Amino acid sequence: MSARGHAEHAPVGGGLFTPVTFFCVVLMILAAAVLAVRFVHGLGAVTHLSDGYPWGIWVVADVVIGSALACGGFAVAALVYIFNKGEYHPLIRPALLASLLGYTLAGVGVLFDLGRYWNFYHIFLPGYASPNSVMFEVAVCISLYIVVLWIEFSPAVLEKFGLADAKKKLMGMMYLFIGLGMVLPMMHQSSLGSLLIVFGHQIHPLWQTMLLPLIYLMTAVLIGYAIVLFESCVAAAGYRRSIEVHLLNPLAKVMLGVLAAYLVIRFGDLVVRGALGSAFAANLQAFFFWLETLCFAAPFYLLGSEAKRRKPANLFLGGLYLLLGGILLRLNSFLIGYMPGENWSYFPSTGELVVTLGVFALKILAYIVITRRFPVLPREARATAH
Amino acid sequence: MNARRDFLRQTLAGAAAATGAAASAPALARENLKLSPDALGLLFDSTLCVGCKACVAACKSANDLPPDYNTPAHGLWDMPLDTTAKTFNTIKVFQNGKAVNKDQVADGYAFTKKSCLHCVDPSCVSACPVSAMKKDAVTGIVSYDPDACIGCRYCVAACPFEVPKYDYDSPRGAIGKCELCRHRIPEGHFAACAEVCPTGATLYGKVSDLKAEAKRRLTLKAGDTTLYPRGDLSNGPDRSWEGPVAPYVQHVYGETEGGGTQMLYLSAVPFQHLGLPTLGPRSYASKSEGLQHGLYGGLILPIVLFGAMTWAARRNSKHEDEGKGGEQ
Repeated sequence: MSARGHAEHAPVGGGLFTPVTFFCVVLMILAAAVLAVRFVHGLGAVTHLSDGYPWGIWVVADVVIGSALACGGFAVAALVYIFNKGEYHPLIRPALLASLLGYTLAGVGVLFDLGRYWNFYHIFLPGYASPNSVMFEVAVCISLYIVVLWIEFSPAVLEKFGLADAKKKLMGMMYLFIGLGMVLPMMHQSSLGSLLIVFGHQIHPLWQTMLLPLIYLMTAVLIGYAIVLFESCVAAAGYRRSIEVHLLNPLAKVMLGVLAAYLVIRFGDLVVRGALGSAFAANLQAFFFWLETLCFAAPFYLLGSEAKRRKPANLFLGGLYLLLGGILLRLNSFLIGYMPGENWSYFPSTGELVVTLGVFALKILAYIVITRRFPVLPREARATAH
Repeated sequence: MNARRDFLRQTLAGAAAATGAAASAPALARENLKLSPDALGLLFDSTLCVGCKACVAACKSANDLPPDYNTPAHGLWDMPLDTTAKTFNTIKVFQNGKAVNKDQVADGYAFTKKSCLHCVDPSCVSACPVSAMKKDAVTGIVSYDPDACIGCRYCVAACPFEVPKYDYDSPRGAIGKCELCRHRIPEGHFAACAEVCPTGATLYGKVSDLKAEAKRRLTLKAGDTTLYPRGDLSNGPDRSWEGPVAPYVQHVYGETEGGGTQMLYLSAVPFQHLGLPTLGPRSYASKSEGLQHGLYGGLILPIVLFGAMTWAARRNSKHEDEGKGGEQ
């Protein structure tokens, strides 16, 4: 571990004005225009939200899925600090950065969706706060976690500006923030699933279960590992670097173990509740359930053997399918499996899609700018030396 | 390899332990909340409703609500098809076949009232993160405070009866729902819908009195005549009228549904035709809160977890601190 000390991360360098960053900025400007209309004329002016579907993709994609995609930091920190797998240490900073951006923008995205956003601070005031509400727990834990993520990431910033003393002081108590950085995501990622329990019969039996918190927590961890695979491959391709196969291969193996446990629990629950039968109905819910299941099963085929796990293409696809599975689980339980009655329907408006894309573009832009200028990604020379 | 195998084993063991904990969670669910002895509510008897909508107009004026143009005759008159943020009460009709026989399914029709059911253990109150939805400890009225509300619309999504509605057309949109005219009670009035109902189809009173009245009607023989009170059942004055008894479905909807509601329904057609969902006796709020408090009660589990994580993190990052003076 100590051999990898200080110099394992380095800025990628290079120019910031590229076709990709330009495209990101265009998407962000479009999103800002839609948001201007939303804040002047109300949610109805740009969204397809209704009283049947009060939550659309701004909640489900930007917050529920967005925060799950930001679980890389949590998942890798668990490996390094809790299970003492020091060899994954080079992956921590890039994963933390993605988490930091994902969570911060999920927090900002909430404000776009809140109908009475000027009151949002009520959640933190004792006179208003309602601990019985799952939403309260989610909001407080996510807010705290955003702060913790910034603190966990700050060594990269302090390093950049040569503040060695400040960094040393911070490192002395970092274990406290690492601890918080484990507990807070476990709490709110599970609770994002628990949000649906009070919906009762309005959620299709394929997704309505008291095990929702466990299902959401396990898939958040899985998405965390999958996003590390995915990002490592994309960053390697985008920056023309070599892929850290020596790290990703064993990581993929760990991921398959968790995935197997997840599928046993998921199907065990469906069988025990007698809900599996509804998976064989000819309807939209059953179709999306099998799509979700297929995505969760695909990594076993793609990454099942040591030889397959050495192929970058398989690592990338395995990560991608797992991501899609986790995304579909969330989309299915919050929207496809949400059944408010026959008179209601929902498909996101162009405006909603533009804002979601804009938020995503902002994440990518920030990731590019920060990795090019701050010591985040593993130092290239070291990675190729292995 | 061994280390990795151990790790997998640990992961699986951890997952199994977590499953066990989560599987026992239903047992942790709290009891349903109990009905207050002084709870106020409504009894809607579908067989008495003639669909005049006097209650819809009275609700609008009592709550100072604007017209709601939901129909093709846009802008002509207030004609909401459903409750909205601007319409807290509507009368709807169930129609089947030729729709000529009142209170029958075959070629029949029946009226129903859509407004807040004031659940005994409401999902909206449980869902609301900022106490904008509250249930009065004495009257049991579920109230809404726009000054507290953050507009997250969790209540809109959570309500099993689709009652709270949000105003999507305004940049300062708020939730709208029936609050049983709680602002009129200090003025000596009661729910405007029941005040104006000409047949007593919508009857106001203490829930205990309403329940007894509903049970009385279920014991009557179809075709006989009986006295139907109007207005305020508990405090009068007596404005009863005599009318025929319909062949009731032998059930008071709202007595047990979802933990019970303070608005009760009687009907001669099955309740699902009136848009009322079939619900078990356990409230959804009790399941949700039971699970949350089971996991987070007294913050015991999170604190234990934090202790364990901090201990592990400190142990596993210590040698780095000693080594090179710190990389996280």
